[in-house]
Amino acid sequence: MLGDSFINWSLLSLSAPGWGGVLLQGFLSSIEIAVGGYALGLALGVGGAFGKLYGGPVLRDLLECYTTVVRAVPELVLILLLYYAGTDLLNQLLGAIGVGAVDISGLVAGIFVIGVVQGAYSTEVLRGAMKAVPAGQIEAARAYGMSPLLVLRRITLPAMLPYAIPGLANLWLIATKDTALLAVVGFSELTLVTRQAAGATKAYLLFFCAAGALYLALTLVSNVFIGMLERHARRGFAEQR
Amino acid sequence: MTDETTHALAYTPEDLPRKDSFLKPHRIVLMLLFAALVVAVAVFMRWDWLPRYLPRLGSGILVSLAMLFSTAILGFLLAVPLGLAQVTGPWFFKAPARIFCTVIRGTPLLLQLWLLYYGLGSLFPQFPAIRQSFLWPYLREAWPYGVAALTVSFAAYEGEVMRGAFAGVPSGELEAARAYGMSRWTMFRRIWLPRAIHRALPTLNGETVLQLKSTPLVATITVVDVYAVISKVRQETYLTYEPLLLLAAIYMCLTGILVVAFRYFENRIPTRGA
Repeated sequence: MLGDSFINWSLLSLSAPGWGGVLLQGFLSSIEIAVGGYALGLALGVGGAFGKLYGGPVLRDLLECYTTVVRAVPELVLILLLYYAGTDLLNQLLGAIGVGAVDISGLVAGIFVIGVVQGAYSTEVLRGAMKAVPAGQIEAARAYGMSPLLVLRRITLPAMLPYAIPGLANLWLIATKDTALLAVVGFSELTLVTRQAAGATKAYLLFFCAAGALYLALTLVSNVFIGMLERHARRGFAEQR
Repeated sequence: MTDETTHALAYTPEDLPRKDSFLKPHRIVLMLLFAALVVAVAVFMRWDWLPRYLPRLGSGILVSLAMLFSTAILGFLLAVPLGLAQVTGPWFFKAPARIFCTVIRGTPLLLQLWLLYYGLGSLFPQFPAIRQSFLWPYLREAWPYGVAALTVSFAAYEGEVMRGAFAGVPSGELEAARAYGMSRWTMFRRIWLPRAIHRALPTLNGETVLQLKSTPLVATITVVDVYAVISKVRQETYLTYEPLLLLAAIYMCLTGILVVAFRYFENRIPTRGA
C-alpha cells in the first residue's frame, strides 16, 4: 500500500488519467509569466535607474519610495495588493472612459504584478551597475554632443552590462520562483496545478517532487545560458579569480 | 546570491536616509502630500473593524516575529557547517552540501513548504511508530513544517554566503593562528568564524530582511501569523484594500525596525581604518 501511494509513475503520464500534461501546461504558463514579468521589470528598471541617477530631486524621491516599499513589503502582500488594485483601477478607468469592465486575464495580471515587483529590484541592480561605468566615458559621449538617450543606448547600457549581468541573472531566477506566489491568488501556474493534482490523487510527494524537478531544471538550464552570457559580456575584461 | 542582489532585494542599513541633507523644500512638500494621503485613507476608508481585531493582530505579529527569529537562528546554525563543508570539507561533505544548496535555491519556497506540509504530513500518519512517538502531537500541527521549511531555505541561502565569507578570510590570518600553535578548533573559534561572520554581516542582515518577507508564506499552511489574521479580516468584513494596506504598513514598520537595529549593531563593530 505504501509503495503504491507515492511511486505510482503512471500518474505522471501525459495523457488524460495522468497529470503530466497538466503539470507541463502549468510549467509553461509559469515560464510565460516569468519572461513577461522579467521583461517588464527590466524596462521599469532601466527607466528607474536612469531616473534615480540623472533625474530631478522629486523624481528621485518618488523612485526611492517605489524601491523602498517593494523591498520592505513581502512579495506575497504586494502581489495581492497589486492584483486587486491593478485590476480594479483598470476596470474603473475603462468604466470612466465608457468602454465598460473587461475581464483581465490572469496571465496579464500576473505579468503586471511580477513586473512591478521585479522593476524595483532591477532598478537597484542597474543603478549599481550604471554607477560602475567610468564617468569619463559618459563625459566623452556628452562632449561628442550625443543626446541623453543616445548616451544611454550607445555608452551606458553596453558598458554597464558586465557589472549588471550577475545581479540580473539572479533576478531572473527570482522571477521564475516568484511566479509560484501567484498560486495564492488562484492563477493556475505550476505550483497551484501541482497542488490540485496532488490533492486529487493523494500522491503529494510524487507531484511536489516532480514540480520541484521542473523548477530546478529551469534554474539549471538558465544557469548554463547565464554563464555563456556572462563570458560574452566580460570579454576584454581582465580575468578574475 | 551575490551581495549586490541581496542588497537589491532587501532594504538594508545603507538605504536609511541620512540626517544631514534630509529636509529639503521639495521633500517637505512631498511629505505634506503624503500626510494628506494618509489622512484621506484614514478618513475615507473603513477602519471600524480595527479595534475588534487588534489583539489578534498583536499575537499574529508575535507569531511572525517568532517565525523570523527562530528560523534565522536555526538556519544560521545550519549554514555555518554548510559553508564550511563547501570550503574545506572532503568530497563526501562538499558534494552533498553543494547539492543541498543548489536544490533548495533552485525551487520556490512555497513549493518546499507545501511539499513538507502536505507531502510529509500525509506520509507520517501511515507509520504507527511515528504516531506513537512523543513527536506526534507536534507533527499534527502546522508550525513545525513552517519552521522546518523556512529554516532549510535560510540555511541554503546563508550557506552560500558563509561559503564565500569563509573562503574570503585572508590565509595569512589563519597561518598566523597556526603559527601561534592554535589547534584547528581554537583557530576556527577565535579567528576563522568571527572573521567570516564579520565579512558576511551586511549580507546576513539583508538575508534576514528577506526572511521576514518570506514568513507570510506559512499562512498558506494554516499557521496564524499576521498575514493569516489579515486574511481572516478580509473574509469576515468583505474589505479588499484596507486590511492589505494595514498589512503592508505593518511589514514596512517591522522591516524599518529590523534595519535600524542592524545599523546600530553594525556601527558597534569596530572596523579598521573606517
